[in-house]
This record gives sequence, structure tokens and C-alpha cells, in this order.
Amino acid sequence: MVVSVTIAPPDFDRVFAALADHTRRDIVRRAISAEEGVVELAGHYPMSFAAVQKHVAVLERAGLITKQRIGRRRVVRTNLDALLVARRLLEKYEGLWRARIDRMNRLIVETAGAVDTVETKERKR
Amino acid sequence: MTVIRVRKDPQRLTLTVEAEFDASVERIWQLWADPRQLERWWGPPTYPATFTKHDLAPGSRIEYHMTGPAGDQPHGYWDVLDVDPPRRIVLRGGCAYADGTLTTEIPISTIRVGIEEIAQGRTRMSIENVFPSTGAMEKILAMGTEEGQRQAVSQADAILAEETIQR
Repeated sequence: MVVSVTIAPPDFDRVFAALADHTRRDIVRRAISAEEGVVELAGHYPMSFAAVQKHVAVLERAGLITKQRIGRRRVVRTNLDALLVARRLLEKYEGLWRARIDRMNRLIVETAGAVDTVETKERKR
Repeated sequence: MTVIRVRKDPQRLTLTVEAEFDASVERIWQLWADPRQLERWWGPPTYPATFTKHDLAPGSRIEYHMTGPAGDQPHGYWDVLDVDPPRRIVLRGGCAYADGTLTTEIPISTIRVGIEEIAQGRTRMSIENVFPSTGAMEKILAMGTEEGQRQAVSQADAILAEETIQR
């Protein structure tokens, strides 16, 4: 039996790579409200339209954003599901270690108590 | 009190956890060096770990399995890459099939443990986990995932926060 893989969309590594860039994170943040198109988004950054377009393309390939038609406009919308999956993975791993450290600490405290008790008994004798 | 700092680096697929204990370096070392102590913290109560082979020496392979509530037993192993008692351990962990055969094609992660005294009777342990891929991360999470699952992931803000993402 191989341990089953549960959460994996195929382009997971892309999600992390896409989010590793400051501008792209900002685009993802702005696109949550899905109000702006690429042209409007480009207005927020001190870089060329083409550069912003490239960032948008990276995010789109990672599945983090989609372009959506609203009336005659095309707006950029963040795909919250993809974002949450990425976060969940890191959070779960963090939780795993936090729980382990709690148990380590408990073990240390317990064994320290055991030693104390023995010492106390010996002193009483 | 245990202080924990967590650094996540999604780009390098690295998670670093730092904890401080009111204990000596030697005491913290024993948490790793003594398999009976390891068993008391590696797996959660619902997935206790059993170490069937444990020798903390470079080149040796540590073997363990976890036992789930339904009797399921995911197996795992660590190859000991480097050891410098009582301050440093480097392990490469992987998964195994239930019959004990190793699935060597996927090394799951590298774990670097550093233990240092920061004051008299106060010790810091850092654990750096490097994953070769997110697929590997998921695989390790699938082992004994009952623990540490904080479900409420309702806000996108946290992953977008600078601290979460930066180097």
C-alpha cells in the first residue's frame, strides 16, 4: 500500500512559484474583488504593461487567477480555491510540528518531575 | 515555556520551526537519540509511532511505522546523513510500503536538526524541513494526518501576507 495523495492538483509547484513574487502577490490580492482588467491592474505598478501582462500570465498558468467576462469587460479574478490549497499544505505541516513540540515539552516536563520525585524521596530517607 | 518561530519559504519548499525549551542540550538530544522517547512525540496519540530500527549514526537507516485508529500502518524511514552529538542531525526521510519495502524513488524530505544552548538550562532546537516537491509534502502529511489539522482556512489574507511568503 502506498500512502494516498490527497490534495494534489498537478500544478502545485507552479502555485508556490507564482506566489513567490511580490508583484504577483499584489495582483492576487487586488483581483480578489474581481473589479479590474489587466489594463487597470497595470496602472498600479511602476513597470510596463507587457511586464504586468507577463505576471498575470504566470498567475493564470498556476490557476491562481482567471480572466472573466463581465458584460463587455474582461476582469481578472482570483481563484480562492487554489490559494487556499497552497496555504493549507504549509499550515498542516506547521501544525504537525507544533503538535510534536508540544509533546516534546510535555515529555521533558514529565521526566523532570519523575527525577525530582526520586530525588525528593531519597532526601527524605 | 516553549517559544516557537515558524518560517515558511514556499519557493524553496522549506519550513523552519524553532522552539526553546527549559532543558539542557543533552536532554533535547535524547528526544532524538532515544527511540523510546522519539515514540512519545513523533506521532500523535491517534497515530503512535514505533521505531523498529534506530541507530543515530551516519550511514544507518532508521525504520518506523505508525499505527492508525483503523489498524493502518504507514511505514517510514530516515537515512542518517550526518550526526554531531549533541547538536546536529541531518536526516533524509522517506516512505515505505506496508511490507517494509522502501519506496526509494521518492525521498520525502530532508530534516536538519540543530540544538544549541542559549542560556543556562535553556536550549533552542531548530528543525529545517526541505521538500523536493509539494507532492512529497502531501505524502508526508498523509501519514498520520489526524494531528495538527487546523481547518479554518477561510481567509486568503494570510498566504498573501509578506511574512508568509518572503525568503
